[in-house]
Amino acid sequence: MKSYLNAVKAVIWKDLTAEWRTRENLTAMLVFALLTVLIFNFALELDIQAQESLSAGILWVTFVFAGTIGLNRSMASEKDRGCLDGLLLAPVDRSVIYFGKVIGNMIFMLLVELIILPIYSFLFTVPVFQPGFLLVVFLGSFGYVAVGTLLATMVIQVRTRDILLPILLFPLTLPVVIAAVKASQGFLEFLPVAEVSTWLNLLIVYDLIFIAVAFMVFDYVVEE
Amino acid sequence: MTDKPRLLTYLDFLTVVVLLIAIWLVFFYAPVEVMMGAVQKVFYFHVATAWVGMLGFLASAYAGIAYLRKSDLRWDVIGYAAIEISLVFFLVAIIMGSIWARPIWNTWWTWDPRLTTAAIVELIFAAYLLLRQGVDDPERRARFGAIYAIFGSISVPLTFISIRLLRTIHPVVIGNAEAAAQGGFNMDDPMKIAFFFSLAAFSVFFTDLLWHRIRLGNLREELGKLRIKAYAEED
Repeated sequence: MKSYLNAVKAVIWKDLTAEWRTRENLTAMLVFALLTVLIFNFALELDIQAQESLSAGILWVTFVFAGTIGLNRSMASEKDRGCLDGLLLAPVDRSVIYFGKVIGNMIFMLLVELIILPIYSFLFTVPVFQPGFLLVVFLGSFGYVAVGTLLATMVIQVRTRDILLPILLFPLTLPVVIAAVKASQGFLEFLPVAEVSTWLNLLIVYDLIFIAVAFMVFDYVVEE
Repeated sequence: MTDKPRLLTYLDFLTVVVLLIAIWLVFFYAPVEVMMGAVQKVFYFHVATAWVGMLGFLASAYAGIAYLRKSDLRWDVIGYAAIEISLVFFLVAIIMGSIWARPIWNTWWTWDPRLTTAAIVELIFAAYLLLRQGVDDPERRARFGAIYAIFGSISVPLTFISIRLLRTIHPVVIGNAEAAAQGGFNMDDPMKIAFFFSLAAFSVFFTDLLWHRIRLGNLREELGKLRIKAYAEED
């Protein structure tokens, strides 16, 4: 178990180091997310009512789009530089690579969210810094990244890879996005916890199911 | 393999016969519904095509699991065939539903759980086909297709639940209707006969098409093998 965790840590560390050297991926995600939030804010500027009712949706659209960029890049760089073959040769369980990549992608996603959330809160005047809201952000991003990492690993081996990831990913992650939007909206409107908890439960169920299934099928994705 | 099985020919005939009977039952045997009028007739084939679409979707998920366990390409042919056919049936169900919804709900489309789920299933089917197109190696194509079909079959019920939690206006004709449902009605006996007969007829239709499509898939694979052999002999 300890060696397993060490191997996962090694994959995460590799991703973080590689990213730190270029900072390409993170910058691209961040600038894209920033642009999305700004464009929405600008487009809805005059309609305060729409802004209030849409703000949770806008936040998740931003995260989902930025996430797609990050996921695509994070796996594409593995493939382009032949790094994936090296990883596969390592004498560890294949699921190590999956979990390492998921946590690595999750860290990037959370970093982007950490910077976007204050700006979003500032532009849309919404109280985002509540524990419940942050939990929703975490759970929603996790479900999205868990499915996204698996599909990204698949997509890099396909001819039409750059355009395919969102097409495959969006319909599958719809439950997570709906639940995340509803739950964050609930927290922003200070609804009683009982009304939000259904959505939180749905998020947790989705996360658990998909991480389990992805763990089971990841071997088949990287099989040569 | 190359000859068409006799049973399949019988099934072709049976399909034509049951479909004709179903059409007759729907248009001449079942009474016109009092409130909605003739447009209610859409219901019989709408439910039947949607049912067949779901059947194919489940079949593909099952074939996906079977392929991953056995790595037998025959399961891949089955899964692919089921999805291709279901894509068309589901589209027909959606279009027929819209035709009914326009006069009854006063709109072509609304984001109700069933409608949304149907739309998402179509998108997943389409994505599945796109995914397959991008992979040349048959084994890899089969593996990726299987995984995506399994993921889809898990995600779709969750989509349904999540939107059901939001709201619904879709009528539930079989089982308990919800208070908010609009356009519901009670079936009398001739309606029930027409309805269940159409369900059965479309199931036969689906089986027939699936069988043909699987045969086509197998033949295509054989053709590919023959081609490779012919090229090898030329060189």
